[in-house]
Amino acid sequence: MGSQAERYKSGVMPYAQMGYWDADYVPKDTDVICLFRITPQDGVDPIEAAAAVAGESSTATWTVVWTDRLTACENYRAKAFRVDPVPGQQGQFFSHIAYDLDLFEDGSIANLTASIIGNVFGFKPLKALRLEDMRIPVAYLKTFQGPATGIVVERERLDKFGRPLLGATTKPKLGLSSKNYGRVVYEALKGGLDFVKDDENINSQSFMHWRDRFLYCMEAVNKASAATGEVKGHYLNVTAATMEDMYERADFAKDLGSNIVMIDLVIGYTAIQSMAKWARRNDMILHLHRAGHGTYTRQKTHGVSFRVIAKWMRMAGVDHIHAGTVVGKLEGDPNVIKGIYNVCRESFTKQNLEQGVFFDQDWAGLRKMMPVASGGIHAGQMHQLITYLGEDVVLQFGGGTIGHPQGIQAGATANRVALEVMIKARNEGRDIWNEGPEILAQAARWCSPLRAALDTWRDVTFNYTSTDTADFVPTATAS
Amino acid sequence: MKITQGTFSFLPELTDTEIKAQISYALAQGWAIGVEYTDDPHPRNFYWEMWANPMFDLKDPAGAMMEVTGCRKAHPRVYIRVNAFDATHGFETTRLSFIVNRPAREPGFNLKRHEIGGRQIQYTIESYATEKPEGERYE
Repeated sequence: MGSQAERYKSGVMPYAQMGYWDADYVPKDTDVICLFRITPQDGVDPIEAAAAVAGESSTATWTVVWTDRLTACENYRAKAFRVDPVPGQQGQFFSHIAYDLDLFEDGSIANLTASIIGNVFGFKPLKALRLEDMRIPVAYLKTFQGPATGIVVERERLDKFGRPLLGATTKPKLGLSSKNYGRVVYEALKGGLDFVKDDENINSQSFMHWRDRFLYCMEAVNKASAATGEVKGHYLNVTAATMEDMYERADFAKDLGSNIVMIDLVIGYTAIQSMAKWARRNDMILHLHRAGHGTYTRQKTHGVSFRVIAKWMRMAGVDHIHAGTVVGKLEGDPNVIKGIYNVCRESFTKQNLEQGVFFDQDWAGLRKMMPVASGGIHAGQMHQLITYLGEDVVLQFGGGTIGHPQGIQAGATANRVALEVMIKARNEGRDIWNEGPEILAQAARWCSPLRAALDTWRDVTFNYTSTDTADFVPTATAS
Repeated sequence: MKITQGTFSFLPELTDTEIKAQISYALAQGWAIGVEYTDDPHPRNFYWEMWANPMFDLKDPAGAMMEVTGCRKAHPRVYIRVNAFDATHGFETTRLSFIVNRPAREPGFNLKRHEIGGRQIQYTIESYATEKPEGERYE
């Protein structure tokens, strides 16, 4: 590159030459590594584009500055070290970029993301940019609290093992009075669900103020618990305009004896971390509804993939996260969803390109997040849900409980029976993927609520092509 | 009422063959079987009496069934459950837990409402059975 004097001469210089591209760079164990999908403007060299992303997400500005020479600037420069064409996608490139740990404040998602998804996403020389995955070093993970409760402790508190948990979102999501709302909660819990849930936009509107809702919901929870002998819960949504309001609502939920509260993703990373700390301090499970994520996670060329959001949320410290259903009404390719679930639930996530997971990730003892499957699912899909999503998941049947022709309790019972009969069959070694419909039909002979549920929804499916799919497919080998 | 704690409480009572199949599954996962019983089924009574220590070295489900049968013989009128413990790193907890014996009549729970100012209520759940001393419940 020539002399230092040459390098720091005033003027504009390609990012790659400023030190943001280093093909020989070997990432350190303590580096944060990002995998970006870059779509350069026509005529922009992909390596220069990758270097620009590295530069703009770390120390660079558009021109050379002599003040770099007052710092150990080599350390602080992010380094693009690998650029590969995206298979089958003309004009798109996967770029690996490494960041030194010293670039980030300990325990702060806000600080991490201000760099990684800051200015750089509006950078003109790129048509589009997507953060596909991140490798978070163990050293950095250890500065985060992680899930306040986690899957293991949540199950121990609830005393529920060996099967997915069951939930439902109260419907209609808006308009019910508090007293009518609590009725839905009671019926669903008594009928067999473990949890009922506020929807994301239930906060404190004129038809139902939050204190009223909390009081009626806790009556419902306790009454259902006494009726069944089980621990039950209702996710009380404490999302509000200010942090002070959220603390006030969460404190009230705790005073009433709730075991779980809920927040929306739209409250922001800092507020989420604050609520996670509050939840840890107050023995509370923290449910996160991912309201808003579809605006930036769904399109493949631009934004942030949901697996990255899931990683940030596990670090930030939530216990539940909506993570896709595969078979329901919302976006979800089976492979991509599997990758996201693994990010939530594993102690060590292995690289798996078919699932969109680009890095091995050691979770450094951070507790596990419970994924939540919600949106357009019903009892007739139980064998598919268990096959795709496994056991550590909350299956939420909102319409599939409340819309049951024999009533809400019957709807809940149908779901619970379908679940238990399928887990039992799976444990007995039966092939539930193929025998599932038969197993359900058999149970429906003695369980009329299940029979009615199957008759109502049997043929409901949402077969649309997914937008967010993996770019790598398994290579066929000769057999 | 019927208490619905445990993995399979919404199904008809499991037969011994079905219980054995679940135990076989748990053993195949490398989990240890433990049998517990109680006459206090409060939802937050986490510590049921252990019939014996979990059977860490047991490979044959018939051995676990013998413990279930023995516990049933000694405590025929109370709740008995089979637990499976997983010592795998990152789990280290119960992975399966289901009821295999219950009293002929389950009196259920009383929900006590203690009004504590404003509209707030403090709730207490009490098992009707525990109104009697230990050993005399479910006679």
